[in-house]
Amino acid sequence: MNSESLPRRRARSGHANLTAHGEPWVWLTASSLALAIAMIVGLLSLIAWRGLATFWPVPLELVTLADGRRVFGEVTEREPLEPTTAAIAGHPGRRLVRTGDFDASGNHFEWIDDTLIADISQPEWATVVERLDAGRLHGIPRRLRHGDRVVAEGSVDVGEAFAREHPIARGRLLRAVWIDKHERGELQRQRHAARLAVVQAGLDAGAGSQRQSEAERRERQLAGEIERREQTLDEETAKLRGENAGWVVEFETASGASVPVPLDGIVRAWQPNRLSLAGNLGVYLSRWGEFLGDDPREANSAGGVFPAIWGTVTMTLIMAIFVAPFGVLAALYLREYAGRGPVTTAVRVAINNLAGVPSIVYGAFGLGFFCYVVGAGIDDVFFKASLVADGQPTFGTGGLLWASLTLALLTLPVVIVATEEALSAVPNSMREGSYACGAGKWQTIRRIVLPRALPGIMTGLILAMARGAGEVAPLMLVGVKKLAVELPVDGTFPFVHPEREFMHLAYLIYDVGFQSPNSQAARPMVFTITFLLVAIIALLNVTAIWLRSRLRRRFVSQHF
Amino acid sequence: MGSGASMQSVDRARQDIASEAVSRPGEPPQDRLIAVAAGLEVEAEVHDGVLKEPPVLEIDRFNLWYGTKQALHRITMPIPLNKVTALVGPSGCGKSTLLRSVNRLNDLVQSVRITGDMRLNGDSIYDPRMDVIELRKRMGMVFQKPNPFPMSIYENVVYSLRIDGETSRGVLDEVCEMSLRGAALWDEVKDRLQDSALGLSGGQQQRLCIARAIAAEPEVLLLDEPCSALDPIATGKVEDLIQELRGRYSVLIVTHNMQQASRSSDYTAFMYLGRLIEYGATTDIFTKPVLRETEAYVTGRFG
Repeated sequence: MNSESLPRRRARSGHANLTAHGEPWVWLTASSLALAIAMIVGLLSLIAWRGLATFWPVPLELVTLADGRRVFGEVTEREPLEPTTAAIAGHPGRRLVRTGDFDASGNHFEWIDDTLIADISQPEWATVVERLDAGRLHGIPRRLRHGDRVVAEGSVDVGEAFAREHPIARGRLLRAVWIDKHERGELQRQRHAARLAVVQAGLDAGAGSQRQSEAERRERQLAGEIERREQTLDEETAKLRGENAGWVVEFETASGASVPVPLDGIVRAWQPNRLSLAGNLGVYLSRWGEFLGDDPREANSAGGVFPAIWGTVTMTLIMAIFVAPFGVLAALYLREYAGRGPVTTAVRVAINNLAGVPSIVYGAFGLGFFCYVVGAGIDDVFFKASLVADGQPTFGTGGLLWASLTLALLTLPVVIVATEEALSAVPNSMREGSYACGAGKWQTIRRIVLPRALPGIMTGLILAMARGAGEVAPLMLVGVKKLAVELPVDGTFPFVHPEREFMHLAYLIYDVGFQSPNSQAARPMVFTITFLLVAIIALLNVTAIWLRSRLRRRFVSQHF
Repeated sequence: MGSGASMQSVDRARQDIASEAVSRPGEPPQDRLIAVAAGLEVEAEVHDGVLKEPPVLEIDRFNLWYGTKQALHRITMPIPLNKVTALVGPSGCGKSTLLRSVNRLNDLVQSVRITGDMRLNGDSIYDPRMDVIELRKRMGMVFQKPNPFPMSIYENVVYSLRIDGETSRGVLDEVCEMSLRGAALWDEVKDRLQDSALGLSGGQQQRLCIARAIAAEPEVLLLDEPCSALDPIATGKVEDLIQELRGRYSVLIVTHNMQQASRSSDYTAFMYLGRLIEYGATTDIFTKPVLRETEAYVTGRFG
């Protein structure tokens, strides 16, 4: 062949060359990915930064205004004024101060123009006092009294005496609260159970029957005993509270007034202006500890979120327990047994469409079906006495079980679709190999197909759990409450209470952030709760991913 | 399409091709092949030697269709007991289909329809009363690509016993060792029986599949191009293994590789477009075939 007879090929234009190499497409795709990563990283780091910073102590500033008024607080925000206003007035900006003097001023926060400020100082003994109720107080400790006796006078001595006396007083208070909540609660439960027994006997054997009078006799007997035991408890708590009574710390607030605070009413007090790094860290960790381990205080805007963590995790796990077998079995039938045809296709399309139904619709379904039909039916059969005696439904209202089931329905399509994908990814040669060994269909599925598809099924479950744990709208209808301190799992027989209402972190974000009377103060809490929710979902996912990678190592070959 | 006139014209064209093929002397002798391609039936040339052997499996006038397309045409051939029988032929000639019909794996394909029958030691395979699961337990099969199950080496070998509900550790251990020794794999894996089978090399995986196939003491062993996905060394090992299995098992092997067929089989069947063309002792097929078409194929002149 003569090479000269062939026409020489060359690029016709720069444009053709560009398209052939596809350079712009690399940029387009890469920039899309970069944008997505930037958004995710930006959002997560904002949440992490604000969430983690919430509990770090901030210096207290004593701001003296030109008119002589004094404001004492943490500067939480600064902003420049509108340029035009600034030009007219000639001042640079304003700051938002968290005053901690709600009792006197009626404000938690105050905007202060920089021009109006005469003096700013950071008093060494400026103290943040977290009170059990009535919110924060910013002031300088002046004296510690026990009744009329002054135990300590002056900031330094009060600080020492406080460090000595506060843990004791607080311990007594916590003991009294424990008695009220648990031991008294137990007696209440017994009394209630006896009352229910009477009503039940009346329902079973008729009013005034032998059985009912027997139950009434037992109730009276029990009531006497309970009264005696309650008296002992009363005495004990009265003694504890009496020992605490009279202990008062007096603080001088910004306005110069002296505010007495009961010693056992102080959750925590710290002097941010004189704290070392270690001291800061101590306060920080102590506040985190309370946040993770305690019940909420003050309309959820302070204290801990332990019930919500518990509720979120329990609900997500119960949901996973329901949705996994259900979804996998459905997908198995659809992929392995059902013949190919219009019906199968229609079912598959319907399942895919279910994934697009707004979640509130599932909530409405859960309320209408689980609570009002199934739950009411259960109440009618098993909890009639409670219904009659208290007028309160047991299962016939929102609760952990119904919320979990509703979310299981919501996430079912995710699991089915993912499982189907995983099943269809199992090579047919494996199925044939198993059949050739004389295995039946179910043996093949159980021993070959399912183990091989397990990593893919886990992926579906991970997606479902992430979706379920972050869902709020349906939960509002089927059992999530603003405050539910009684956990669904506790030490009271029968230990698991699936009918109880519960708290949920995602709902807490909505409640604290947008329903709180003191939303400005609650805002850092919202970031912290969001951070916590993201962290919990990440933790659940990481666990599942770790599990999946273990399975994958076992079942999928990397080399050939 | 599909009208009577066009069908007739196709038939005429086929006859033209056939007559042209026969009437052209001097060219490579492919007249039977062209006749087969034109859709004509051709009688298979089965040597007497094959018919004298006691058969383990008898294929009797077996036809198979995928939908409306016929893939096997009246295959009639006995498979001799305890001998290695190779099926050769160009791609798409129905070798694998025939093999998969023996243990009824084609049942899994919805559009398959068959007529005729096969008999395994006298039992009709396609008898409606035949339990297909029990039938498959009497055969072992090895596929083109190694397909070890996602479990340990040990569990792979004893799989067919496990699904039968065998739980005795002693029995399982014994069968595992015997099968792995039978598949010439024991020395390589005896120290890691509990490791994943997916960690083995391709050749080891294929011998593991053979061990799995012989674990249940099959009456006939079906090998579907067992070396096509292996490198030459692994191929050599599997071929050696087939030599060792010779005499102990009845082996039916599909292969694309003429050397493999000539080296490792006792009998060879040449198939073309779903028909059996010639079937006889391997030495005869490769050195003095009755048909020129067979000679042309085994010497590599087409296919």
